[in-house]
Amino acid sequence: MSGIWIMAGVTVREAGRRKLLWMALLAALLFLAIFAVALRLQVLQFQTRSMSPFLRYQVEGGMLMVGLYSCDLLAVVMTILTSIDTLAGEISSGTIHAMATKPIARWQFLAGKFLGFVGMIAAYVAMTFSGTIAVAYAVTGVLPEHPLRGALLILFECLLALSLTFLAGTRFSTLTSGVLVLGLQGVSLMGGWLEQVSGFSQSTHIVSLGVACSLIMPGESLWRRAAYEMQTPLAASLSFSPFANVSIPSLTAVAYAGAYLLVVLAVTVRHFNRRDL
Amino acid sequence: MSDNGFAIETKDLRKAFGSTVAVRTLTLQVPRGEIFGFLGPNGAGKSTAIKMLLGLVRPTGGQAFVLGAPAGDVEVRRRVGFLPEDFRFYDWLTGAELLHLHGRLSGMSPAALKDRVPAILDLVGLAPHADRRLRTYSKGMLQRVGLAQALVHEPEIIFLDEPTSGLDPMGRRLVRDILRAERERGATVFLNSHLLSEIEVTCDRVAFIKDGEVVASHELHPSAQDEVHVAVQATRVSPEAMAGLARWTADAMREGEVIRFGVRSKDVLPDVLRHLVASGADVYGFTPERPSLEDLFVRIMGEDRGL
Repeated sequence: MSGIWIMAGVTVREAGRRKLLWMALLAALLFLAIFAVALRLQVLQFQTRSMSPFLRYQVEGGMLMVGLYSCDLLAVVMTILTSIDTLAGEISSGTIHAMATKPIARWQFLAGKFLGFVGMIAAYVAMTFSGTIAVAYAVTGVLPEHPLRGALLILFECLLALSLTFLAGTRFSTLTSGVLVLGLQGVSLMGGWLEQVSGFSQSTHIVSLGVACSLIMPGESLWRRAAYEMQTPLAASLSFSPFANVSIPSLTAVAYAGAYLLVVLAVTVRHFNRRDL
Repeated sequence: MSDNGFAIETKDLRKAFGSTVAVRTLTLQVPRGEIFGFLGPNGAGKSTAIKMLLGLVRPTGGQAFVLGAPAGDVEVRRRVGFLPEDFRFYDWLTGAELLHLHGRLSGMSPAALKDRVPAILDLVGLAPHADRRLRTYSKGMLQRVGLAQALVHEPEIIFLDEPTSGLDPMGRRLVRDILRAERERGATVFLNSHLLSEIEVTCDRVAFIKDGEVVASHELHPSAQDEVHVAVQATRVSPEAMAGLARWTADAMREGEVIRFGVRSKDVLPDVLRHLVASGADVYGFTPERPSLEDLFVRIMGEDRGL
């Protein structure tokens, strides 16, 4: 087992030394600063007009959701960009030759790298997520419902993207892997919005298409479930919101995403174990 | 096949990538404690063969054993060192950090590495550069640190794929000395190199691989009992003197002032020389000769195919 922890440590150290970690943190801090300024400007705008405290609270809650959605997108994109080269790059450059001949099984090599990224992504999500909530609370006094559930679902979505970058990395070059995983992320995003739109249009064909997209890549459905968990019931029921509860992914959809993650990891390990290096 | 004294043993080992056969039927036995040279032209299947022995590439047929265990066995890798061709590494690490990482992955404790890492860096001449990032190393320094990572855990068998290609003459000499020291320690060295002169002075035995098969093997440091060829430069050699050589050889040939022949053992050479002088010949040169490894390589491999 020590091989796993050594590889996990190396993965974190590499992200630090190659400045990936610091650039991601810088982007997160920039995002939080912009969010804080935007929110403050909006609050100042509210003070110039008469608005009921109840409605104001709901609108500010909606803005918090926009912030958390941005935080979710940022975390997923950072997950893909920081991890896309970790396997594909080492395989294509030959760096892996000296590593894979050490007395650790290939699955341990993968598990170590995966755990290293899980640790970094979890810290990143915790920082950006709690930062967004802290900024919103400090500026508006608004708090989300069930923030822990929301954070865990966002982390889950990142891990789904991470598992796909690992799977692609065992088969394709860095560039091809990046195109593939970002493409799947696009399919997922489209699926989420199609399901959302279907709530308004009542079209069964659009629902089917959206569901099919979410089955191909269920990442976005995890965000929509997270949004459902974090919104106040009233804000969620306002159908003009992009996070409205017109199509809430069920717990079955979350379980599907869990099974999807496990299958992707199992296929990754199987392929990496069998492939020539 | 199993642990019967060979460090490496393969039988009909084969690897095909689709319709391309990289290694056809590799049958090989490498005794323990020797420096073994693996020679062949580009595209002969040498690197693929090494990768199969290390478990990096899955064979499509045959068997391979390293230190008595199936090739690629995870536990046996603890006793294996490997310097890949074009050694690539995490260039964001320092030399010392790289050796710590590879030592830890090979199962060494941090306490053991505390002494071992400076010692091995000193051995390969990199002690003053231990704390420099690898991206600042020259090609020769990278080759040296690559060799150090292959040796850091004192393996029983060391696979080296072109270990001296980036080194200057001093570096090559250093590597040669290190490999001999490893042999003295009891380690087996499996050396793949294009530098035939290096192989010739370093290896105990070589195998020639061509089109994915071992086509010949050759011991490089024959004993006194092995056959030896001689070139004698002499004048006034009578027909009787030539006929008298039949006591030791059946293939004596005279070309001008040079007589060439082979004898069964180096031990008989003084008698041959005494015979020639006693029969009235004036002898100016008497040189035991062996074909160079390059001659042997060209003879075995045939024409250059431009690969």
